[in-house]
Amino acid sequence: MATSAIVAEARHAVEVEALVRAFGPRRAVDGVSFALDAGDCLAVFGPNGAGKTTLLRVLAGLLRPTRGRASVAGVALPGGPEARRHIGFISHASMLYGALSARENVELAARLFGVRDPRRAAGRVLEVMRMTPRADTPVRSLSRGMQQRVSIARATVHDPTVVLLDEPFTGLDAAGAAALSAALGILRQSGAALVMVTHNIEEGLALATHAAVMTAGTFARYEPREGIDAREYADAYRTLVTLDA
Amino acid sequence: MPDAFGAALLIARKDLAIEFRTRTAFFSAVVFALLAIVIFFFAWDPTAVAASDLAPGVLWVIFTFAGLLGLHRSFGVELEDRALDGLLGAPIPRHAIYLGKAMANLVFVLAIEVIAVPAVALFYDMPLGGFAGAAALAALMILAAIGLVAVGTLFAAMSVNTRLGELLLPMLSLPFFVPIVVPAAQTTARLLLGRPVIESVGWLKILLAFDLVFVAACTLAFPYTIED
Repeated sequence: MATSAIVAEARHAVEVEALVRAFGPRRAVDGVSFALDAGDCLAVFGPNGAGKTTLLRVLAGLLRPTRGRASVAGVALPGGPEARRHIGFISHASMLYGALSARENVELAARLFGVRDPRRAAGRVLEVMRMTPRADTPVRSLSRGMQQRVSIARATVHDPTVVLLDEPFTGLDAAGAAALSAALGILRQSGAALVMVTHNIEEGLALATHAAVMTAGTFARYEPREGIDAREYADAYRTLVTLDA
Repeated sequence: MPDAFGAALLIARKDLAIEFRTRTAFFSAVVFALLAIVIFFFAWDPTAVAASDLAPGVLWVIFTFAGLLGLHRSFGVELEDRALDGLLGAPIPRHAIYLGKAMANLVFVLAIEVIAVPAVALFYDMPLGGFAGAAALAALMILAAIGLVAVGTLFAAMSVNTRLGELLLPMLSLPFFVPIVVPAAQTTARLLLGRPVIESVGWLKILLAFDLVFVAACTLAFPYTIED
């Protein structure tokens, strides 16, 4: 384990405590706290510029917290390789190399994550994302939706215990969205915790065990999914976002 | 998880595969190198300057600027679709990314040298000094390329995210290239004149020392250039 890593007392899959991430004087994330156990899914809703992507980038180990604490699988972030091996990150950008084929991209990720049989693992996740027929096509020749599917395959090839998703349904057609929902279902069943940022309340609540509305860097609402009425929640969300604007 | 060297090899192989398929930077660099040799040749007055005085300078000017084309490209491919986030999110040490990039850049610069050195020898009618001379020249090319790539890869990582990256990279790199280029040009001049290899050993040792310092310093500094 990395020397800088601090093992959290309570072994939540994700634990965030009073997290602050500032860029100069501006606090993009300002005192966010939550905890997720294995199999939980937190859907984070919020307008543009609310700090959702920054929160995910801190959880992915790509940004250092300015203050507060965040840990993944008991390893304090940013935490080095030991923390990152637990994380799968799906972002707006595909994080793929256009000149390489879908299979090569996913296999490269599998090798970098130390997956035992990278070729087989890449084939498996591409199959789950229904990309096998186009697996050997260079990524730059694929449609945006197909690139998104390959990106999801890349992020999940190492069976992460925490999956961070930034607008994962954007650009996906019905088949792609179904494949993604199925893949996320499999991941949750296997004990992965998900943090999903989305604008789409319906899609988010369909998968979530917890829901949060983020405005101006803070969680304006954070509650378990149980007992949430989707329509009322959407109305309340619109009110919050309007007030924030 | 792969160790740092294993991860660096994966990254280098990936970069070379991309360059092999696109050939963007390599063709640009080779065409630039050959055009520069031709222009220098036609601008040269053989009655005023001896070929042995001019050729080493021409060679190292070309390597420096042709190398910069590849160095800039090496992190440019990571910006498309934020592929660099994929590398930064992988459970590998940060310096493995640097070493992988540097290895691929080294192959790139050496490939340019393999084309440019015979071209310069041909245009300026320079003998390569038999087997010992050619071997010493090869050693010099490798040592100098390691130094250029070590510094250039670090500055390419620093400048790639900036708006004036293509300008910033040479501005940052060139002052640090001087300790590499001076001994390299001195040694090249001696070897192209067919002087005994023993005369160049001192310069080669200086190059080796700079390589060790630059590779160690840049490997240690790299994580700080990409951490946010």
